[in-house]
Amino acid sequence: MKLTVKSDSLVVKSPQEIILARQKVREYARSLGFNLVDQTKLITATSELARNMVEYGGGGIVVIEHIDDQGQKGLRVTFEDQGPGIADLEMAMLDGFTTGNGLGHGLPGAKRLVNEFEIDSKIGLGTRVSIVRWA
Amino acid sequence: MERIPIIKMGPFLLVTIQVDMHDRLVMALQEDLTEMVSSNGARGVLINISSLDMVDSYIGRMLGGIASITSLMDAYTVVVGMQPAVAITMVELGISLQGVMTALNVEKGMDLLRSKLKLAPEQDHEIDREE
Repeated sequence: MKLTVKSDSLVVKSPQEIILARQKVREYARSLGFNLVDQTKLITATSELARNMVEYGGGGIVVIEHIDDQGQKGLRVTFEDQGPGIADLEMAMLDGFTTGNGLGHGLPGAKRLVNEFEIDSKIGLGTRVSIVRWA
Repeated sequence: MERIPIIKMGPFLLVTIQVDMHDRLVMALQEDLTEMVSSNGARGVLINISSLDMVDSYIGRMLGGIASITSLMDAYTVVVGMQPAVAITMVELGISLQGVMTALNVEKGMDLLRSKLKLAPEQDHEIDREE
């Protein structure tokens, strides 16, 4: 069972707040002892997902958690918005697919940077993405 | 408004990105550089990203955009100083910075620009090589 040891949550609605979320994730990753490459992967994934949330979901909440699964330490970051939702999740997870002006690396790219990736989206209700990287 | 400084060095423009760039700053840099390439007739742009702790698809797109715009204006752009952890992460994310020239550091970036523009190498570099 995954227990939350410590957590922080941030409202992210603007590009400036994406930077704050990134800095908070960096702070957690450092204190959990992640090496530089893993820290970089975590903040890059955070940047991509937070940007998606701001660009397509009208902003939302980022929750950063230090989790523990039977002694295994990890960092979980959850992005939740009340935006329009993603119509076709399967398409959204394909490399190169975008409805905006991006390159379409956001979701599948972020998934490659972490150990666990969950996405749940309901039309008209919002989207929730959760990533975990184990230390 | 906050701006990233652009330094003129002979025929080149040097930009050192030292802050966590938010989107407006990125857009402003793109415009400022384009304006300066045009007004100074600069032939090369060096973008030093050694202080950047990550390059996401947004920043990657901005770097690619600057390279495309400057090439339309007859100037080359070289991105220098990428940290190893940033390079590893970018490849996994799927950003390849296609069409963007890169060099290990500012000095090597300058050499690359000089060779592209067929300019004589700087004197003190020449002495370095003979040693």
